[in-house]
Amino acid sequence: MKLLVAVKRVIDYNVKVRVKADQTGVDLANVKMSMNPFDEIAVEEAVRLKEAGIATEVVVVSIGPTQAQETLRTALAMGADRGILVQTDAEVQPLAVAKLLKAVAEKEGPGLIILGKQAIDDDSNQTGQMLAALLDWPQATFASKVAVADGKATVTREIDGGLETLALTLPAIITTDLRLNEPRYASLPNIMKAKKKPLDTVDPAALGVDIAPRLATLKVTEPPKRQGGVKVASVADLVAKLRTEAKVI
Amino acid sequence: MAVLVIAEVDAGALKPATLNAVTAAAKLGEVHVLVAGSGAAAAADAAKGIAGVAKVLHADSAEYANGLAEALTPLVVSVAKSYAAVVATATTFGKNLLPRVAALLDVQQISEVTAIESADTFVRPIYAGNALATVKSADAIKVLTVRGTAFDAAPATGGSAAVESVAAVAGSGKSAFVGQELSKSERPELTSARIVISGGRGMQNGENFALLEAVADKLGAAVGASRAAVDAGFVPNDYQVGQTGKIVAPDLYIAVGISGAIQHLAGMKDSKVIVAINKDEEAPIFQVADYGLVADLFKAVPELKEALD
Repeated sequence: MKLLVAVKRVIDYNVKVRVKADQTGVDLANVKMSMNPFDEIAVEEAVRLKEAGIATEVVVVSIGPTQAQETLRTALAMGADRGILVQTDAEVQPLAVAKLLKAVAEKEGPGLIILGKQAIDDDSNQTGQMLAALLDWPQATFASKVAVADGKATVTREIDGGLETLALTLPAIITTDLRLNEPRYASLPNIMKAKKKPLDTVDPAALGVDIAPRLATLKVTEPPKRQGGVKVASVADLVAKLRTEAKVI
Repeated sequence: MAVLVIAEVDAGALKPATLNAVTAAAKLGEVHVLVAGSGAAAAADAAKGIAGVAKVLHADSAEYANGLAEALTPLVVSVAKSYAAVVATATTFGKNLLPRVAALLDVQQISEVTAIESADTFVRPIYAGNALATVKSADAIKVLTVRGTAFDAAPATGGSAAVESVAAVAGSGKSAFVGQELSKSERPELTSARIVISGGRGMQNGENFALLEAVADKLGAAVGASRAAVDAGFVPNDYQVGQTGKIVAPDLYIAVGISGAIQHLAGMKDSKVIVAINKDEEAPIFQVADYGLVADLFKAVPELKEALD
């Protein structure tokens, strides 16, 4: 069975973002970029399924600018076999991403597609669900445990009240939660080997998908700043302030 | 045109998260609520009593019993076509279902809306809440999940909507519910609690969370945790507050032994009053805390419990 994994290049999770003064967006110039943390978990899970003999090939796909090749190389260094870059400098919103991934999936014929549950830049948490809808495949979102056997994926999901387990008929879509696994670091020899692995580039137009955004961003602003607070000297002082000043207890 | 709210139904009962979606939807038009479940007459009954609801659509099928997205999507898509907008609260239920619905309606969904400026213009946080984006949708039907803490719950009583039965639509049957493992707690639900007390890596182990529980009992508070505490196995995952956990905005949030990483702040910085108890004076949590106490939590938390007696 072939696995398809979607990865996104995003601002590194440790970077404190700065909103541009003209309110057109967030300043990404000279900012460290990395693979979206949830996507690293997706790649790791796919590679583990291959190591367990369940998957035969792991194909990683990314949609974005030329630099997204680096993100794909990172996935290849973690153990993926082949990369596909749908190259575009345009803004691609989750619905368009899902349509592009559907076109790629129809060409590649994977038995399972793994994505991160959300990208830490747009925080949408939509692409996996949309892709599942467009392919009419079952979905298991926010996965913290995955077992694949006999044409089924048994997936434990993180839900608000605890955990839930579903059985999906393959082919299916899984989106990863943080608890699914601990992604490996790529070793230097593997990073060198990854440079020789195949990486194809395709144009969105060649996939026959209209990627025009449906949402226009009118402005991006800073959230209201919190007032700097005070330090209290003791627990008694704290309780007194909560009672008389803040009046919350 | 009216606005369709997708009710969250659990074990035949209406979940309170639905009430926040009703308040948001009421800003857009007449509110109709779709209640889909198995033997969920009680949920439909509860929905018709919500103030501000004009009509309740009730679909009953064994297939809807566990809220699976594959089962519910064909029904929601068929009903949604005659509405101006479809709204659900951004719980794990709403987040799982609505993008699937949006894709089949060929609509770009808008996630975690925190403010509604007009029928097509919405505000939502991006980059872990470090920026707010105002977006305008060009789609014919707006599909949105709303952040529960940004909209008050609609009063659960005072309404008298008509209930209309709608025929169930068969799902794909490609997914099946196997089982559930829910955390049992006597305390208020984390996302709607008035007071939350959370512990981080500084708690050192799971047993020490009893210190927080003792304070929580005094205050009628819910107990939360940072990702570090969850990853270390101190408490179950569903305690996690943050970008990837639950978003809370209580009147009082007490962070104990939590450094205050960007991802944690994303889940709690809209709390009315924030208290930080940490022995590290430089911890970033003190930059957002209204009241900070630099102290060893193992001394301060028991003292806090006694002071509340």
